[in-house]
Amino acid sequence: MVLHISAQLVAQIWDEAEAVHPDEACGVIAGTIGSDLPTRHIPMVNAAHSPTFYEFESADLLRLYREFDDRDEEPVVIYHSHTSTEAHPSRTDIAYAAEPGAHYVLVSTREEIASRSEFRSFRIVDGVVTEEEVVLI
Amino acid sequence: MSNSDNSKVEVRIPTILRPYTGGAKLVSAQGSTLRDVISDLDASHTGLAERLLDGGALRRFINLYVNDEDVRFIGGLDLVLKDGDSITILPAVAGGC
Repeated sequence: MVLHISAQLVAQIWDEAEAVHPDEACGVIAGTIGSDLPTRHIPMVNAAHSPTFYEFESADLLRLYREFDDRDEEPVVIYHSHTSTEAHPSRTDIAYAAEPGAHYVLVSTREEIASRSEFRSFRIVDGVVTEEEVVLI
Repeated sequence: MSNSDNSKVEVRIPTILRPYTGGAKLVSAQGSTLRDVISDLDASHTGLAERLLDGGALRRFINLYVNDEDVRFIGGLDLVLKDGDSITILPAVAGGC
């Protein structure tokens, strides 16, 4: 499995993660259903406003999924940042992951590493995490 | 129409729960309250209630909406439904380090 994503979208995810740091940033990149191609970046408010937790706000979540329906889209990428730990799904991330078809992207904005150096993508299906290659297009 | 004993409603099912509905995105159900509707759903789609409720309460990371309102703010599972109400189930998008 591979995530194909444009360098521009990768840069947008980093911009969002750095803007929201030290809180966790979160968002979605939508794409046409079945395309597996992320095209439309939708940064989401982290309702938890927390450095250790993120959650889409309830009304925003509903609006987002209505938009997907209207536009024949699905969440191809669901991303969030870890602000003091590595870019790997935590136990909490795994417990809440509810989109088996999505690429779960994690970036780390922790200070011990070079900026924009950890951008990783995973599948999370039935509690099983599988890292995948990220290919820039 | 309103407050009938058995309101007929439509329920939108998220991708992750569609294995319970044979892949259907939209299913019909009936009941007087949201709790009744979940029981009715479970009767037709065994196991669905367990994914929504924990000890009779709505799971923390399941969002339920009736006519686009989050039920946590409008009466929860005891909310009385009307014919034609539209229910949406969405798992929260959440996590943390």
